[in-house]
Amino acid sequence: MHIPDGYLSPSTCAVMYTASAPFWYWSAKKVKENLTGKMVPLLSIFSAFSFVIMMFNVPVPGGTTAHAVGGTLMAIVLGPWAATIGVSIALLVQAIFFGDGGILALGANCFNMAIVLPFVGYFIYRAVGRNAAAGSTRHWLAIALGSYAGINAAALCAAIELGIQPLLFHTAAGTPLYCPYSLSQTIPAMMLAHLTIAGIAEVVATEGVLAFARRSIPLWQQPGFKGEEVRS
Amino acid sequence: MNGIKKLWIGLGLLALLSPLGLLASNTAWGEWGTEELSQLLGYVPKGLVRFSGIWNAPLPDYSVPQTGEVSGYILSAVIGMTLIVIITWGLGRFFAGKRK
Repeated sequence: MHIPDGYLSPSTCAVMYTASAPFWYWSAKKVKENLTGKMVPLLSIFSAFSFVIMMFNVPVPGGTTAHAVGGTLMAIVLGPWAATIGVSIALLVQAIFFGDGGILALGANCFNMAIVLPFVGYFIYRAVGRNAAAGSTRHWLAIALGSYAGINAAALCAAIELGIQPLLFHTAAGTPLYCPYSLSQTIPAMMLAHLTIAGIAEVVATEGVLAFARRSIPLWQQPGFKGEEVRS
Repeated sequence: MNGIKKLWIGLGLLALLSPLGLLASNTAWGEWGTEELSQLLGYVPKGLVRFSGIWNAPLPDYSVPQTGEVSGYILSAVIGMTLIVIITWGLGRFFAGKRK
């Protein structure tokens, strides 16, 4: 769901940068208040993980591809504010060096994948898993539902941003200027891809990494994951 | 094994496995380039033409010049992760300050 340049009008891009800006500011502020030296390597590792997992394209119904993001995973380990920073940096590097996602569209892509995704994912994770013991069935269920909800919320946002383009921006004759697909096309296409395969890929990536890393991450071992006081 | 070390090794393995992502070679929905779009639609929207080429990335689509598709993809994963680790490490050190 890396929106390339040209699919969103310049004004949409400006709106999306404006929408993301306060979250970047608050996340920097929050992380500066809470991040400890010990957590710095985890910030790097989970940002790099988000980058590399997005390279694992999976085929989805309809003949296109999609990928996991790892944003809810980062929110679970380091908190949603740190996830906003980590995923934003991964998206920045992807846009500048690899042309994956536009430069003008970076504000929108960060809004979807670095803000909506980890915050929705973390909210659902906390709501479902509140007071569950670390490693319990309900805890794993909370992780699955959170990561599934997060990536789908992000996909829906991307679909809406793309789908409003032909409504708002067209020539006098009605020919679209930017994304040519309307909401009735973008929403089914994006949601079909993410409610099915990409959503499952995100759940598998999140659960898989947490299972692999559970003894390596000190915060994860704390029962009840009363995380707010220790996570940034 | 030191827990954090295990995670770094895991990242290295993922970089080596990343070409599995090339098996699904189709473009993601809504990320088509202008050529693909013109095949799909029969035209390319004017504004899309104007802004789609605004930035030329040095390693487009995770490919490295004069390098094979698979090795270029792995190299891209390594380069990208290295850049991200440098940036986040610097930012993280700044944010953490003197806290251990």
